[in-house]
Amino acid sequence: MGLLSKKDAKLITDPLADNNPITIQVLGICSALAVTAQLKPAIVMAISVMFVLAMGNVVISLIRNIIPSKIRIIVQLVIAAALVIIVDQVLKAFAYELSKQLSVFVGLIITNCIIMGRFEAFALANSPWKSFLDGIGNSAGYGIILIIVAFFRELLGSGSLLGFKVLGDPIEKTGVYAYGYENNGFMLLAPMALITVGIIIWVQRSRNPALIEDN
Amino acid sequence: MAINTDKNSYTVLFATGMVVIVGALLAFVASSLREKISENKRIEKQQNILYAMGVNENEEGSVSFVSKKSVAGEFSKYITKQFVITGTTAVEDNNAYLIDLKKEEAASKAEKRARKLPLFIGNKDNKDFYIVPVRGKGLWDAIWGYVALDNQLVVQGVFFDHAGETPGLGSNIKERFFMDDFKGEHILDGNTFKGITVAKGNADPKNLRKTDFAVDAIAGATITGNGLSAMLKKDLQMYIPYLKTLKQ
Repeated sequence: MGLLSKKDAKLITDPLADNNPITIQVLGICSALAVTAQLKPAIVMAISVMFVLAMGNVVISLIRNIIPSKIRIIVQLVIAAALVIIVDQVLKAFAYELSKQLSVFVGLIITNCIIMGRFEAFALANSPWKSFLDGIGNSAGYGIILIIVAFFRELLGSGSLLGFKVLGDPIEKTGVYAYGYENNGFMLLAPMALITVGIIIWVQRSRNPALIEDN
Repeated sequence: MAINTDKNSYTVLFATGMVVIVGALLAFVASSLREKISENKRIEKQQNILYAMGVNENEEGSVSFVSKKSVAGEFSKYITKQFVITGTTAVEDNNAYLIDLKKEEAASKAEKRARKLPLFIGNKDNKDFYIVPVRGKGLWDAIWGYVALDNQLVVQGVFFDHAGETPGLGSNIKERFFMDDFKGEHILDGNTFKGITVAKGNADPKNLRKTDFAVDAIAGATITGNGLSAMLKKDLQMYIPYLKTLKQ
């Protein structure tokens, strides 16, 4: 890592595991429910959040000394919303088909708690470069969980991955369906996303007891 | 230079400045991209209409339109005529596909006049297709589509799309497994209009029964399915008086 100092590298690697925004900070749960029924939207959502969070962090950090503290939340909201709208418009003009797939999710980014959380907790107090790294790290940590959850939900709920029927065809009864396997439709509903996230938290904390809070 | 950011006057000034800057930026982005976006939408409409009549590049399981580059050529090749129907009179109009169904519905209601109904006539392999645009409400937002009928008013193909149905559930109305079910479905029972219902418990996953006026619903997408049934009933109904004249 010649490019990044040890401290800077930690900004990226920490949120991937020990300080993960979803499993440890418990931010951004709402969108983790909404977009993880299939793998593809989860991946696209992860990339879009990365763009908005990294850019937003930099902008907030640049103007952190002139933001009036009384209205800082409003300022953060306006910047996040403006970025999201610009992303949406640019996609509609230059990558129309991608923007069709994204439709709902682009709007959802504004309401993502991770965005506001990182603006408030990090970008307001740190330099632009550090904030940029923090944005990349946190959105990557968010994205990883999203992709893991979506992987299991699409596999067990629809028997496919990225739309490919990896387990065979449920109607023609080929693949594992020939042996009486059935898709679990419950996996497609929002509660199973929470339960899946819960299992990830459980696994993570039992592997690293330092993460368990004292009562 | 230290600025006192706690002063009320500063806060108001900052807020005003921010709104002006962000507003100007967004307005600039929107107006400089507007033409490209509306062009994309126009191309998409042509692709959707062609898709419904079976002019597409579908492979197994995928939904693929004719490419953006070739769509203008294909559209003028396969869509032979476009009509605007008012009541029982039809007037030829080569820009009928540009009619915005939502605006037209609102305008006709406000002005208390009959709706202008666009109808596209396609021809592929010496077979005529009558393509009807439809528009309705799903669970969260608008749903719309195109239904291609033959001269016996049997469905030859459909295309559906939506603005914001739930991913993985209602959004599946634009997937092949759902849209392909409509092929061959009848919408008339003898001479009475029945439409096509998206039915629970239809128990016909391969869609072998073509005259039951129903296709299998999508699990977990009841409201979207109901909205789709209502959309087909309401919008196809308006064309029936005219389409029946073709049947004879």
